[in-house]
Amino acid sequence: MGDWRTVTVPLLSSDSKSIFPYTSERKSPASMSSEVLRLPLPSSKSMHSFFSAFCTEENIEQSISYIDRELTTMGFPSIFAESKGKELDLVSMVNCMNELLVLQHKNLRAQEEIEIQHLKLGSDMDHLQNCYSKLKEQLELSKREIVGLQERDRQLQSKNRNLHQLLKNEKDEVQKLQNVISSRATQYNHDMKRKEREYNKLKERLHQLVMNKKDKKLAMEVLNYVGRADGKRGAWRTDKTEARNEEEMYKVLLSDYEQRQKQLLLENTELKKVLQQMKKDIISLLPPQKQKPKERSEDGLVLSDQEEDIGELNKENMWELSCETVREQLTNSIRKQWRMLKNHVEKLDNQVSRGHSGALNEKDVISREDHELETGKLELEIQQCKEMIRTQQQLLQQQLTCDDDTTLLLQDCYLLEERERLQEEWRLFREQKKNFEKERKSFTEAAIRLGLERKAFEEDRGAWLKHQFLSMTADCKSENATTPSAFLRSKYLVQIMFLQKLRLVRSSSQQKRPPSVLSTTASPEPCQISQYITQNSVASEKPAADYLPNLWVESDDKEETE
Amino acid sequence: ASCVQHRLVVRDASTLQILHLYSCTDQIQYIEWSSDSQFILCAMYKRGIVQVWSLEQPDWHCKIDEGSAGLVASCWSPDGRHILNTTEFHLRITVWSLCTKSVSYIKYPKACQQGVAFTKDGRYMAVAERRDCKDFISIFVCRNWQLLRHFDTETQDLFGIEWAPNGCVLAVWDTCLEYKVLLYSLDGRLLSSYRAYEWPLGIKSIAWSPSSQFLAIGSFDEKVRILNHVTWKKITELEHPAVITSKKTIVYKEVEKSPTLGTERLSFPPTRALASSLFSTQSKYDICQVPVSLHYIKPVADKANPKVGVGMLAFSADNCFLATKNDNIPNAVWIWDIRKLKLAVVLEQLYTIQCFQWDPCQPRLAVCTGSSRVYLWSPAGCVVVKVPGEGDFQIVSLSWHSSGDSMLLLSKDHFCVCYLEREEV
Repeated sequence: MGDWRTVTVPLLSSDSKSIFPYTSERKSPASMSSEVLRLPLPSSKSMHSFFSAFCTEENIEQSISYIDRELTTMGFPSIFAESKGKELDLVSMVNCMNELLVLQHKNLRAQEEIEIQHLKLGSDMDHLQNCYSKLKEQLELSKREIVGLQERDRQLQSKNRNLHQLLKNEKDEVQKLQNVISSRATQYNHDMKRKEREYNKLKERLHQLVMNKKDKKLAMEVLNYVGRADGKRGAWRTDKTEARNEEEMYKVLLSDYEQRQKQLLLENTELKKVLQQMKKDIISLLPPQKQKPKERSEDGLVLSDQEEDIGELNKENMWELSCETVREQLTNSIRKQWRMLKNHVEKLDNQVSRGHSGALNEKDVISREDHELETGKLELEIQQCKEMIRTQQQLLQQQLTCDDDTTLLLQDCYLLEERERLQEEWRLFREQKKNFEKERKSFTEAAIRLGLERKAFEEDRGAWLKHQFLSMTADCKSENATTPSAFLRSKYLVQIMFLQKLRLVRSSSQQKRPPSVLSTTASPEPCQISQYITQNSVASEKPAADYLPNLWVESDDKEETE
Repeated sequence: ASCVQHRLVVRDASTLQILHLYSCTDQIQYIEWSSDSQFILCAMYKRGIVQVWSLEQPDWHCKIDEGSAGLVASCWSPDGRHILNTTEFHLRITVWSLCTKSVSYIKYPKACQQGVAFTKDGRYMAVAERRDCKDFISIFVCRNWQLLRHFDTETQDLFGIEWAPNGCVLAVWDTCLEYKVLLYSLDGRLLSSYRAYEWPLGIKSIAWSPSSQFLAIGSFDEKVRILNHVTWKKITELEHPAVITSKKTIVYKEVEKSPTLGTERLSFPPTRALASSLFSTQSKYDICQVPVSLHYIKPVADKANPKVGVGMLAFSADNCFLATKNDNIPNAVWIWDIRKLKLAVVLEQLYTIQCFQWDPCQPRLAVCTGSSRVYLWSPAGCVVVKVPGEGDFQIVSLSWHSSGDSMLLLSKDHFCVCYLEREEV
């Protein structure tokens, strides 16, 4: 904003006093709010009076020249005509007026903007002042608190000092009392000793007196001597006995020591065994660590040494039970193993804790994810199973807790279902039965036809054979009867007889045909007439009739199929 | 054997039948059996006379007269043939031999509670002496009374000596003003010395374990310290607090229940039986739940020999248990399991404990409190046994038979024998 150096227009008339609070000095934006800047638009009347106050009919030339001066100073072209003096150039005047109006508009707009900003800043300032006051309050409070705490701290410190002082005093007292006690004790001992000496003197005196008095009374009356408990006689006191006493005493002591040593040895061996056992167990627990190459270099050698040591110890223990070095080796090796085990366990613990905190260890993360997935899956399964169980339980309950009617209905329903099923099955069954019947009928018809055809065929055959036979016999008559021809003849006769028999058999076994037809077995090789005959001759020896019809049947079938 | 006034009555132990009756010249103060049970000595301190009676030969007699020397104590030697008399003012100890009628003197014996100690096998005798305000110990061979060793001890004022059951170590302890235990071997070498603390009152009682493995020291600070025989260092301290909180301890409390009596049944004058049943109360043991607080007596501050501290200690015969009594808590017996070094059982009685003793064969403890009941404890449980009879039989002390089958119960002027049945296995 430019400077608001409003010009104090020289008062030309006395009427214009009220309107000139418009004059304002250059002020900072902050204090603008406290002043009324906006001049209310005066009414047209007052405007008139204002305007008329400046220029009247008397001083019109003066005012025009003044305006011209002002305008020129403000940078506007002169309102006077260039060529003629004292003549108003209307155009330029109008232009100037327009320019002035535009200026005025601009100024008004600027003023508006400034006022808006002014308001904004005012509210900001309010807000900031509020904050400031609140912060000041808080600061006050915290200062007061600090002061309070400091006071308390001081009190506590002073209390602490007092207590320290008391403690020191007590300690000093205790020390003093102890000194007092010790001094009194020494004094007391001294006094006791003095008194004891006196007492001893008295005792001595008394003893002397007592001893001096006659020994008569000091007597022992015994009826007779008593034998010693162990039957020995009393011995004189000599040096030998003294020496023997010493000997015995030392023997007693030695035996006691030996016993103790034995016990200690036993304990030692047991403990050593236990330690070795422990060592073996620890070694067996540690194998995974040995595979790491790093540690191998350090501990591998050590372990190998210790392995050797173990072997050595095992041997040595048998012989040297309390060798210092062996003992040390054993304890050292156990200590090392134990330390390794401890490290191992600590590492495991670290791994576990790291796994819990979710560190970026590849293996652990993957396994954990898998683990989580699996657990999720298992949980889902569990939920599904639970739901199934629940639904089943509900159904069961429904079943169990149903009323009688509903149960009966349900049962009926089931029965109906079953019945329907059965009916269907029956239907199927009957259909099948019908089909089977049809098939059987057709088969029987076929068989009957077969039978008839066979009959016809056999008759033909019979006729042919007869013919043959007759022709042969005619031949034979001309020739001598040889056994082969006789044989042949007999053969032909037999065959004819069999054919007749067969006819009879077949007629009786017609009814049996259909099932047997149905149950034909695999067909044999095609047989020719000659084979047929030989077969018949072979079969003639068999008495069973079934065999032949089968053959026949098969051949007939063959013929049919062909 | 028992003495009544000036008569000595000898009875059979199993039938209590009077076998012999002897009369002495004066009132008998002390009797003691000889080790082979052949002789009994009866000491009459006032007259300074000791009379010895034989069981095999009732006619045999022996009288020892100390004369003007006076008599303060008398005891047998372990071989049963010598009598040691302590003269008045502890001037000397005279050793009278029954076999040879000879006399020996031991000068300057110490005037303390346990001044003379015999080893268990009876071979050696240790005598505490004091010359020129210094304590000495003399070890004698009992067979011929020859001096074996004589050495001085580092004690201020020796209070007592005791041999370990294996006969190789002698425990010497100082007066209660000074906590000090010295351990000497048989040949007079100082093996070790133990001192728990300096100024407060010290040792009150000491006991060896039967295997000589442990030495239990009970002191005025209500604690028992156990030393082991290998290093002679303290293994553990056993405390006797007034409140028991450990869950593993069983507390048996003696509970009295007075019999109820219907008012209609009272008859006048009351019959004897009724009267005795009215006033005799039954009591039984109840198991209390921990924590239990025991009846605690605050000691009187300005009296000598205050009733504070562990005053009674006894190991069981199988070396498994230690029974202690804390004089602050006079109604309770504390039984410790030595194998675990923990408090196993506390028996709380209604009255002050007078005496307890372990069965010489089994881990059984018999306790008497001055009431007419004797209390038995074993790891299987505990039981109250009432002495039957009219009137009160106030048991003051008890003593087990060496076979563990019977017990002597003594009251002021009566005694009775309690027989324990052995279970047929």
